[in-house]
Amino acid sequence: MPPHEDENAYESLAVAAGDPYAGERWAFGTGFDDPLAGVDTTVPPGVDARALARECLALGDDGLILSQRLALWVSNAHELEDEVALANIALDLLGQARLLLARAAQADASLRPPNAPAHIPDEDALAYWRDAPQFTNVWLAELDDEHDFAKCVARLFVLSTWRLAVLTRLVGSPDPVLSAIAAKAVAELSYHREYAAGWVIRLGDGTDLSHARMHDAMAWAWFRHFELFQISDGDVCGEVSTVVDQVRAAARLTKRERRCPARPWSGRSGEHTDALVALLAELQSVARANPEATW
Amino acid sequence: MVTVGPVAGRNAAQSPATGPTVDGARAVAETVTDPELPMLTLHDLGVLRDVHLQDDGTLVVGITPTYSGCPAMAEMRADLSRALHAAGFADVEVRTVLSPPWTTDDVTPRGRQVLAEHGIAPPGPAPRRAPGPVPLTLGARRPNVSCPQCGSRDTVETSRFGSTACKALYRCRSCAEPFEHVKAI
Repeated sequence: MPPHEDENAYESLAVAAGDPYAGERWAFGTGFDDPLAGVDTTVPPGVDARALARECLALGDDGLILSQRLALWVSNAHELEDEVALANIALDLLGQARLLLARAAQADASLRPPNAPAHIPDEDALAYWRDAPQFTNVWLAELDDEHDFAKCVARLFVLSTWRLAVLTRLVGSPDPVLSAIAAKAVAELSYHREYAAGWVIRLGDGTDLSHARMHDAMAWAWFRHFELFQISDGDVCGEVSTVVDQVRAAARLTKRERRCPARPWSGRSGEHTDALVALLAELQSVARANPEATW
Repeated sequence: MVTVGPVAGRNAAQSPATGPTVDGARAVAETVTDPELPMLTLHDLGVLRDVHLQDDGTLVVGITPTYSGCPAMAEMRADLSRALHAAGFADVEVRTVLSPPWTTDDVTPRGRQVLAEHGIAPPGPAPRRAPGPVPLTLGARRPNVSCPQCGSRDTVETSRFGSTACKALYRCRSCAEPFEHVKAI
């Protein structure tokens, strides 16, 4: 086994003068480069590039916004293990978002916001330089869970069940890049769904208080599933309903909300709540205040 | 955090008659270690996919991310480039390979052994996924994970997620030690 010369983390943070690689390694997560570096990004003939771009943008936006929502739990969860779990799930979703946003901009260059500084990569341009009306995420991703853990896991359960159903089918996409992104995401989302389902059951099938709060949280999340079903085919809707019913039964949460929204929401066409505006203000303020910054 | 062994470097890569060879390059690339699990090489982790020479003389190295959000890809790319430049390869291009996705089945037998020696329980066989919807199995018993400290199989998962995306947290009921386990994926 090779010897370790620099096991001290702080030493490797120091940027050595003249080290041509220094900018790429001063800490993890810095020196962001193209997440699709070296991948053949030609859009195959017969694939509608603009439709592909819209699809990648939408799923990328869902991932980015939900990731940011989950990240708000770091240092606020009830115990360290769950904080770490939520942070890991947020990281997976952010990774999926990076790949999907990069793919969206490759397939349709006109998606790149014109006000973004020229030197930043497409994924950053899309994440930091669009305003709420240009985001295409579903409402369920952006809603403020108000630090209610039951709402956090209810939303994560419904959304990851739906995202898993959608991405499982996209493994068969005629675009090889989207197909590869989906194949990676499926394994990750299976863990996310399992984690969230475990909590829905534990709280639903728990004390009277936890049951009541989980019931309210599921009603809160499920009220928003209409938007998901409106943009999905019957096959996806069927899979989501089956899995949700399975978990509801195990969680003793069989009393379903029958309410449905008076008018369907449309996050996909840029309609959003104030919750997204506030979330974006936090996400984007540093990048916009320092357009020349690199990290 | 590059830990290229001096022996596997220049000597292996350069043959006096032909200059740098692809076998030499592969030998060098296989010594580069993972930034987060520095006792493991990228090869042992199954992240190093391919090393080949293009007709124009560019050495192309393919790596695959473990998880979509792997924050260390840029670092791995830099580590590989540095090691290969040092071994005499002027034109090195490190490419991301997304398909097929990484699985813990790609961790080599030596990688599994090194993980266990460092107190990290290696992954079991990755779940086989039939095409079509992924079933949600509630309350399914997972295969027991052996404690890397005492070997006991009386262990319990304390958290599905750990310090890095690829690990879960466990505790041994026999020796009471906590340990990490690379999740089968």
